[in-house]
Amino acid sequence: MLKLKYLMPLLLFVVLAVFLAIGLRLNPKDIPSPLIDKPAPAFSLPILETPEKILSQQDLKGRVWLLNVWASWCVSCRQEHPLLLELAKRKLVTIVGLNYKDEAQAATQWLQQLGNPYDMSIMDSDGRVGIDYGVYGVPETFVVDKRGVIRYKHTGPVEPGDIERIFLPLLQTLNLEPA
Amino acid sequence: MKTLIALVLCLLALPVSAVVEYHPFTDPAKEQAYQTLISELRCLVCQNQTIADSNADLAKDLRQQVYDMLQQGKTQQDVVDFMTQRYGDFVMYRPAFGMKTGLLWLGPIAFLLIGIVTVVLLARHKKNTAAQTALDGRQKTKLNELLQQGEED
Repeated sequence: MLKLKYLMPLLLFVVLAVFLAIGLRLNPKDIPSPLIDKPAPAFSLPILETPEKILSQQDLKGRVWLLNVWASWCVSCRQEHPLLLELAKRKLVTIVGLNYKDEAQAATQWLQQLGNPYDMSIMDSDGRVGIDYGVYGVPETFVVDKRGVIRYKHTGPVEPGDIERIFLPLLQTLNLEPA
Repeated sequence: MKTLIALVLCLLALPVSAVVEYHPFTDPAKEQAYQTLISELRCLVCQNQTIADSNADLAKDLRQQVYDMLQQGKTQQDVVDFMTQRYGDFVMYRPAFGMKTGLLWLGPIAFLLIGIVTVVLLARHKKNTAAQTALDGRQKTKLNELLQQGEED
């Protein structure tokens, strides 16, 4: 009984240390999105390459698609860009770019310079669609299934290894699902 | 006198400069709702600021969104629902009580109760040990005897 009494501070310290250690390893920027397993919010936005044409989320029904939020002013978008180019080569998924609060000219130039992984980019000049998708830090990447339901959200740049670890297995399962 | 007037004017200007853009309201109730909302919504870019305090671009957009919704005749609750549907409970400084936020609301009360129980238990334990260590009648007479002996020697 006496021994337990003296061990108590040590036990409390261990419990506290474990909780603090977990807290340190969490990313405070990684806020769980309430949009997971919800239908992708509606949009109809002009396409960057052909501004007279409009793309809406309805047009993508029956396909697995990726919505990658990017901008020419976004520094960490450069970081993930080669990984997106690599993913585009595999032709597993339709990649839609949401060009967030950007200018058409700057965006086009950016794609010419660094390569274009997107099947198409749509222009969200005032950021309204960004708000509907709960975007708070560019880049962000959403995975949407054939029924138009958001299945995964990646906040921040896609890091090396994320494609193999997260995206490829998920996309393969989603591609097998019935439309 | 001029300096005094200038100083007073400067003081009045301080709260105005806190928010950069100006959103005109004709209805004071709506303006009140706007002020309440922007000081209760969290800016997700700089997470320890409300969207009223933050200079982030997103905070500006969200203020605009709040303003537009109120001008369209939406209620305060509509705006809160709109924001939580998109950004989750985290966007509210005072999230609604629910399954996910229950621990957040009840946690401090639980810790307070644990604290009170611990203090009560410790106090009782001390009382018991104090009673145990006290001398009974026989021990007291024995002690007095020994002390008297000591004095006689």
